[in-house]
Amino acid sequence: MDGLRMATAPLVEVDDLTVRFVTREATVHAVNGVSLTIRPGETLCILGESGSGKSVTLRALMRLLPPDRTFITGAIKVDGRDVLAMDRRALGEYRGGLASMIFQEPMTALDPVYTINQQISETIIRHNGGTKAQARARALELFDLVKIPSPERRLDAYPHELSGGLRQRAMIAMALSCGPRLLLADEPTTALDATVQIQVLILLRRLQKDLGMATIFVTHDLGVAAEIADRVAVMYAGRIVEEGSVAEVLANPQHPYTRGLLGSTVHGQPRDQDIKAIPGSPPDLRRLPSGCAFGPRCSQAMVACRTIVPEPRHPAPGRMARCLRVEA
Amino acid sequence: MGHPTLTHADDADPRDRGGTAQPLLIARDLRKHFQVKGGPASLFGAGRAAVRAVDGVSFTLFKGETLGIVGESGCGKSTLARLLLHLIVPDAGELIFDGDTVAAPDGITVRALRQQVQMVFQDSYSSLNPRMPVQDSVAFGPYVQGRSQAEARDIARDILVKVGLNPALFGPRYPHELSGGQKQRVNIARALAINPRMVILDEAVSALDKSIEAQVLNLLRQLKRSFNLTYVFISHDLNVVQYISDRVLVMYLGHVVELGPVDAIFERPLHPYTVALLGSRPSMDPAHRIDEPPLNGDPPSPINPPSGCRFRTRCAHAEAVCAETVPVLGAWLDCGSHVAACHIQTPGSGHSQATTQGMA
Amino acid sequence: MSQTSATAQAASNWEADALPATKVRSYWQSVGYRLRHDPVTLVFGAVVLAVILAAIFAPWIAPMDPYKDSVIGRLKPFGWRGHLLGTDELGRDMLSRLIHGGRISLMMGLVPVLVATIVGGILGVVAGFGGRAVNTAIMRTMDVFYAFPSVLLAVAISGAMGGGIGNGMLALSLVFTPAICRVAETATAQVRNLDFIEAARASGAGTFTIIRHHVLGNVLGPVFIYSSSLVSVSILLASGLSFLGLGVKPPEPDWGLMLSTLRQSIYVNPLVCAVPGIAIFITSICFNLVSDGIRAAMDVRM
Repeated sequence: MDGLRMATAPLVEVDDLTVRFVTREATVHAVNGVSLTIRPGETLCILGESGSGKSVTLRALMRLLPPDRTFITGAIKVDGRDVLAMDRRALGEYRGGLASMIFQEPMTALDPVYTINQQISETIIRHNGGTKAQARARALELFDLVKIPSPERRLDAYPHELSGGLRQRAMIAMALSCGPRLLLADEPTTALDATVQIQVLILLRRLQKDLGMATIFVTHDLGVAAEIADRVAVMYAGRIVEEGSVAEVLANPQHPYTRGLLGSTVHGQPRDQDIKAIPGSPPDLRRLPSGCAFGPRCSQAMVACRTIVPEPRHPAPGRMARCLRVEA
Repeated sequence: MGHPTLTHADDADPRDRGGTAQPLLIARDLRKHFQVKGGPASLFGAGRAAVRAVDGVSFTLFKGETLGIVGESGCGKSTLARLLLHLIVPDAGELIFDGDTVAAPDGITVRALRQQVQMVFQDSYSSLNPRMPVQDSVAFGPYVQGRSQAEARDIARDILVKVGLNPALFGPRYPHELSGGQKQRVNIARALAINPRMVILDEAVSALDKSIEAQVLNLLRQLKRSFNLTYVFISHDLNVVQYISDRVLVMYLGHVVELGPVDAIFERPLHPYTVALLGSRPSMDPAHRIDEPPLNGDPPSPINPPSGCRFRTRCAHAEAVCAETVPVLGAWLDCGSHVAACHIQTPGSGHSQATTQGMA
Repeated sequence: MSQTSATAQAASNWEADALPATKVRSYWQSVGYRLRHDPVTLVFGAVVLAVILAAIFAPWIAPMDPYKDSVIGRLKPFGWRGHLLGTDELGRDMLSRLIHGGRISLMMGLVPVLVATIVGGILGVVAGFGGRAVNTAIMRTMDVFYAFPSVLLAVAISGAMGGGIGNGMLALSLVFTPAICRVAETATAQVRNLDFIEAARASGAGTFTIIRHHVLGNVLGPVFIYSSSLVSVSILLASGLSFLGLGVKPPEPDWGLMLSTLRQSIYVNPLVCAVPGIAIFITSICFNLVSDGIRAAMDVRM
């Protein structure tokens, strides 16, 4: 698999991305030097907790951050195109056409005053042209693709008339309507019930394989990452601290944070023992500690960790960890 | 069967009546329906739909145990939590707390109940008053229960230490200055400040990051031991419920579908819904992914649920009898019993797979 | 117990390094901070303050006697014989009358809003927290008053009671109460459904205790913002009432009344006649802008 990775050109290249939110009161360093490459057809899971910068990274890829107080440096290239340099017209074609996004809460992501058909057709016509009838036929195809029962009836429903799982499927259908090559998913199953979540995960996995899309999936749930990802990037305080194939990262984590995350995830621990929790809380992004951001909470911190921000180290091909204790 | 986590210290609590043999809480046939505002048809007297949120729930809670309640949206577990405290008044059914019937003339008043039972809410932005410093929020409970302001403040400070927050540092803070985990500790402190015997935890760790969730779970276990508490732990996260509970109650659309010791439920689930629920947990091993979802479709709405067994519309084993008769939970004798409300489990029910002998 | 305190101590150590980086600030402190750094609001706030102070210290500030008339010095232009803003149709000094007039105009502007806030606020909270019957009774009554255009209602009530300052203020209070009541009721209804209210109920608190400790603090904000925006309207309406003769009686100086009496003289000396109108305009706008600034400052969400 690694040889294959080297051969094909990357679809997404993020190079040293930094995102800062500047307000009168403080500057929030949300993303601090993130670099990623994603091959066509590959699924990358960005794993992190709140404040890790995972959602901000995703939104930067779609240029969805508020322009007046956001400062972005670095480079984002999707299919060779410079996303940060796109003007409004180019962005309009990019969003929904080349790259599409699905969100955590479909109730707020869908417009409540239009039917699903109207919203999907609008996207289709905007990107591909055609008549309303053609767009509706395409929408029906998509509903079949995402396995929505009674698709005719559901097309003409309003978002609030659908249940949570169906709404999420409708949003996926809308995102896929113009054949994007890149799908961005921001915790799309977090708000769903367990039995619905597994259905949507399996659906996404199947769709991604059948349509050959690259996917970036943001989640805080290790189980979800195990189910859906090819590769995993663990984020903490705006940096990627570990990266590798999902099997390797879950079986053999290199970074103390990843280890801590695995150890503290409740999954079959003996009932009479405390869970090995990571002490403390994530850092305040307005005032990042110097050196390694995880240092204050790390059981293996050394003196050097307080001053040096660890560079990415590669203990094995295809693996990366930002930790001074990891052999390069 | 014994109670693995029950301590002997109950005889030290002067409020205890009846000792360990008497259950702390008995819920009998609790029912709560919410009227849905009718459409145009209701103007002409047509029947109004009702959300049958909790529809005949019975269970027993023993002293010193942790009862986990699991279910998906629409199952009624949050409504049930509020019924236990009479924050929502049940339409029918009764609650018996340590031998006294709640809100009955010869029983225990709701106000007195609330001195012994408290609730920890989900850490939403609205679980703490944004205009009140944290120590005032925590001190409010004891103050309302009759303590003076100074006493209440002292209690608040004391409790904050016990949940791991430095009162000098965190007391004067406002909720918006605290992280999710810290806010949840405050929520727990608020519940414990009143010195209850039973705590209902309604999705208390669901909104927290996994690493913080672990901290709070450890804290909850430790507090249970120190304060000799009984927990009702409501969650949709099966892994957490498995870790923290002694017994588990599974709900579906307002009914209890299975009840039993935690290991029995997780290793030998009886009800098809429980089987599906357990099978929906994402596997942690990328080499062994789930290929087919155990259930298709969404949980139906609790408005006008299916007749008979409410799960029959999604059940692979559904037969004619399932639409006609509502399955009964089955007699259970003590906290070791494992029962399910399913015709397959009820001998002589008419289901083709029903056993002919009773269950152990 | 030692096990508990040891664990708690260990736990506390975890929390010690987890404090937010920014200074500790209460909500009102944050509001103050934002206001202090908002130049527009500060400037207009200074103007408002100047107007209020001038009104309070009128007898000491006014250069001349506002009642002293003069037959020859009528409707003289700016600067004539020391009259900085000229003279009115009876020869009285405009500037002095303006400053003295500010007292009544401001009083008739601020007092009704204050009264309406208290009365409307209480009614709104009761309606928001009471049952459906109480809510319907209060809110539908308010709706009846709300249905009338405010100017019409003010004139009708004031006229029916015979005019005068007191009746004018009462009329304006009645005009503003329904609007404030509605804002208070909405805010209360929103707060009522939040989790911490349920937690307070679960603690055993009664309704009044909950209102006193939990509801009022959260309702005060929106009500205050809305009331502050009503002050400018109130000044305008009060001037209108005086203009129509339903407020102050001559020879008392009052901006609205001055506008009315100067109306005929507009062809003789238009600038002087415009002065009371400009005073009303400036005061009203400044209150409006300050209220906007307060609203922006109070919208603190961290």
